[in-house]
Amino acid sequence: MAGQINQAIERAAGAALTGPTTDAPLSAPRRFPRIGSWLSWIVSDDPPGRVLLNITLLVILAALLFAPFLFPGTKALGVASRICIFVILCASYDLMLGFTGIVSFAHTMFFGIGAYGVAIMLANGWVGWTGVILGAAAGAAVSLVIAAVIGLLSLRLRAIFFSMITLAVASFAQIVAEQWRDLTGGEDGLTFSAPAILKPGFRLFHDPVMGVIVNGRVITYYITFAVALVLFLIMLRIVNSPFGLVLRAIRENEFRVEAMGYRVVAYRTLVCVFSAVMASLAGALMALVLGYNGPDATLSFSLMIDILLMIVIGGMGTLYGAIVGAIVVVLAEYYLQNALGAMSGAISGMPVMSALFHPDRWLLWLGILFVLIVTFLPQGIVGRLRRRR
Amino acid sequence: MTDAGEALLRLEGVYTNIGRYRILHGVDFAARRGRVTMLLGRNGAGKTTTLRTIMGLWKARLGKVIFDGQSIAAKETPHIARLGIAYVPENMGIFGKLTVRENMLLATERRGFVQQHLDRVLESFPALKVKWESPAGSLSGGQKQMLAIGRAIIEQRRLLLIDEPTKGLSPAMVDQLVAALLRLKREHTTVLLVEQNFRVAEAVGDDVAVMDEGRIIHTGDMAALSTNHALQHRLLGLSMADSL
Amino acid sequence: MSRDRLKQLQRWAPYALTPLVVIAALPAIGLGPWVTLTVAGLTMGIMLFMVASGLTLIFGLMDVLNFAHAAFVAVGAYVAVSVLQPLAGWTNEMSLTLNLAALLVALISAAVASGALGFVFERVIIRQVYGAPLRQILITIGALTVIEQLIIVVWGPQAIPLPKPAMLRGSVFIGSSSIETYRLFALCVGLAVAAAMHLFLTRTRLGLVVRAGVEDREMIQSLGYNIRRVFIGVFMAGTALAGMGGMMWGQYQAVVSSQIGDSMTILVFIILIIGGLGSVGGCFIGAILVGLTSNYVGFLAPKMALGSNILLMALILLWQPRGLFPIAEQH
Repeated sequence: MAGQINQAIERAAGAALTGPTTDAPLSAPRRFPRIGSWLSWIVSDDPPGRVLLNITLLVILAALLFAPFLFPGTKALGVASRICIFVILCASYDLMLGFTGIVSFAHTMFFGIGAYGVAIMLANGWVGWTGVILGAAAGAAVSLVIAAVIGLLSLRLRAIFFSMITLAVASFAQIVAEQWRDLTGGEDGLTFSAPAILKPGFRLFHDPVMGVIVNGRVITYYITFAVALVLFLIMLRIVNSPFGLVLRAIRENEFRVEAMGYRVVAYRTLVCVFSAVMASLAGALMALVLGYNGPDATLSFSLMIDILLMIVIGGMGTLYGAIVGAIVVVLAEYYLQNALGAMSGAISGMPVMSALFHPDRWLLWLGILFVLIVTFLPQGIVGRLRRRR
Repeated sequence: MTDAGEALLRLEGVYTNIGRYRILHGVDFAARRGRVTMLLGRNGAGKTTTLRTIMGLWKARLGKVIFDGQSIAAKETPHIARLGIAYVPENMGIFGKLTVRENMLLATERRGFVQQHLDRVLESFPALKVKWESPAGSLSGGQKQMLAIGRAIIEQRRLLLIDEPTKGLSPAMVDQLVAALLRLKREHTTVLLVEQNFRVAEAVGDDVAVMDEGRIIHTGDMAALSTNHALQHRLLGLSMADSL
Repeated sequence: MSRDRLKQLQRWAPYALTPLVVIAALPAIGLGPWVTLTVAGLTMGIMLFMVASGLTLIFGLMDVLNFAHAAFVAVGAYVAVSVLQPLAGWTNEMSLTLNLAALLVALISAAVASGALGFVFERVIIRQVYGAPLRQILITIGALTVIEQLIIVVWGPQAIPLPKPAMLRGSVFIGSSSIETYRLFALCVGLAVAAAMHLFLTRTRLGLVVRAGVEDREMIQSLGYNIRRVFIGVFMAGTALAGMGGMMWGQYQAVVSSQIGDSMTILVFIILIIGGLGSVGGCFIGAILVGLTSNYVGFLAPKMALGSNILLMALILLWQPRGLFPIAEQH
């Protein structure tokens, strides 16, 4: 019987490896006609696909590109930065979860490591860009090593065990961050000054451009945006490369992949490492944007929940889902509270109802949305929009 | 299938998939009441899938599975078992952490062991008595097989589905097994038996159905097949007498 | 050493772990505190066992990973709070009988409430995600968030005190060691529950079916047992146990907040991993180990208490990658 099943699955997964066919469970990369080949190259022949989706994502791209001018004010810029960073955080997580089928709860740990890398450097005298680059590199290096160990561990352990252990490792990291005051500032975290041109006082141009002063915050934002864009495109390329196809095949049936001669452990480890480094770089950006890092900013489990929320809402295994998900959830976090506050005011008479709609209960509603989406729309928004049917 | 003897179990046009893969492509055959029907064929022909489909562990995509006049294709496994069908899978399905006694107990009705039934089983498989309170995981391969079959016969069943019981057993064990199967035959139990060992098939089988690539390619009497070497060769590749 | 001897040693080694830890701690700590800490560790262990045992059976039997387990812990604790408030008359009396009666009522209420919620949870949420581990993880995490938030809606965001009854406050003295009275109570309840569980699993037909189902779900169904119905029962029992554990944990800490389950979650997972998924016995040993380690290390090097449990888990995994007493291959 084992032989039969294997044969059957062999043939199914073999299709995944030799290229997509109409039977393959993957979404085949689509050719986008009438767009210059250079544009195709940038998105690695894997554009969003559907018209509605293309338009939505282009609008999002434009909104983010011109954010400081479209949405002036520090808070809005902070929201936009957070969106850019989370796009990378979620897309890198999607590489593991959506494409390779690995469930890891240690992702926020790498996020934190990257942030602490920059924070520790800048807080301890390595000022300016040297500090930033060194910090980001150090964070990435540490993440690389830890991710490699975790990836190799996945050979010895079953999937559920692996997930639970990543949770334990992440908890451990949180404890270390909270206890090792000398290095990490403990629970209070580290505050530091950013390089000169990133400071709010710095002005790139004397006069405001389109009504907005182009100061250090704006520059920080554009660096964040640019880095996020580049990293995203890199991930898109990886996912559409032969390496990416093997990852997808592993998700479908790793035994078959192993039998075909690919060392699954190697691929798993590579994707973990890669994903971790991306998360780490996102963390470095986060530290720059906040001018601060602490356990609550980058290591908390609620961040992990946010990532899961974003990926599920946006759509697993699509990378673009990370963008849509990040926007929905970050905007919800910021503006849902306002909306709830308004509603709560309107029904302040009834005790339970007003408690239900209290602004602090935004997580309740997001959680309900999350459960509904996992139930009724498991492919997420992008997944749903992209389906052939 | 054939004329005399009514079919206790009948499969008609059964298609079963595993995932999106087709394994059974329209299986048609019947197991007659009170007889031992052999299900033969190469590795990967779909024999195990057929048994699992009957048992409801995998659902048939198309076709009918009719047991004693009732359609069971859509029923759940526990229900099918309660109709009186016992299944002895290829991996024997022994609960290794439970004792031999506990394994056997699970196969009895709520009232527990009936001494007569128990004696009958222990007569055929004396080794079980010795290991009665040992964890079933500590038994040898052959003993586990005895336990698996013992479990299937301790209560009166209307149909036994047995998947490759002699696989990996020593010749002495095989003989013990064949003796037990012959005893069942004498008691007119209906058995559907998947076997690779042709000698055992010859000794025990009344009817035979041969499968290849998810279809039945031959049905008939075991006796007729066992004397017709050319037919054997055609149906089963190298004469299975070689696979002793 | 002969092969047989080696095999025997390997079989018994996991059982020896706990006594070894207990004995090793004695010289490091000194007799006085050692007694206190050992009792504390056993108590904490047994409360953790109550919470974790349900989870390991649920996973072992149906391959369902319930990240929302912590929610049932919290529900139990809060229900206990609500039930004990009107019973303040009983709990404030210096009468052991009345105190215990009140606690019994609270314990049963917590169990019933969590069990009932478990029933609803299984039908509404878990049923959709059998066989889909990723969706299980996601949906149960979502459900956890929702339930915890709903708790805040009903009981408010502030932490609520859950005082011990009059006769169970304070400590008793054994030699030079002080042992909190409440701990002895919790220990007794926990051991009673563990004993009941053991008897159920080993002496009843249903328990036998559960143990068999954990090993091989298909086979138990092929023997005619409707494992789905059994599972609902096991799920409810698991959540009821979590509720009881929540009540005792909350009362032990004298305060209850919506995060009460979360603080236990990581320890519960560690216990599951150490014990081996699906094994109640492994869960027991794992829980005791974790409880003892937390307390011993908490005394010797307070900052490292949680970290030490994670290290313990890592060490055990290096030795036995599937935990001390793993059950079936399918897990």
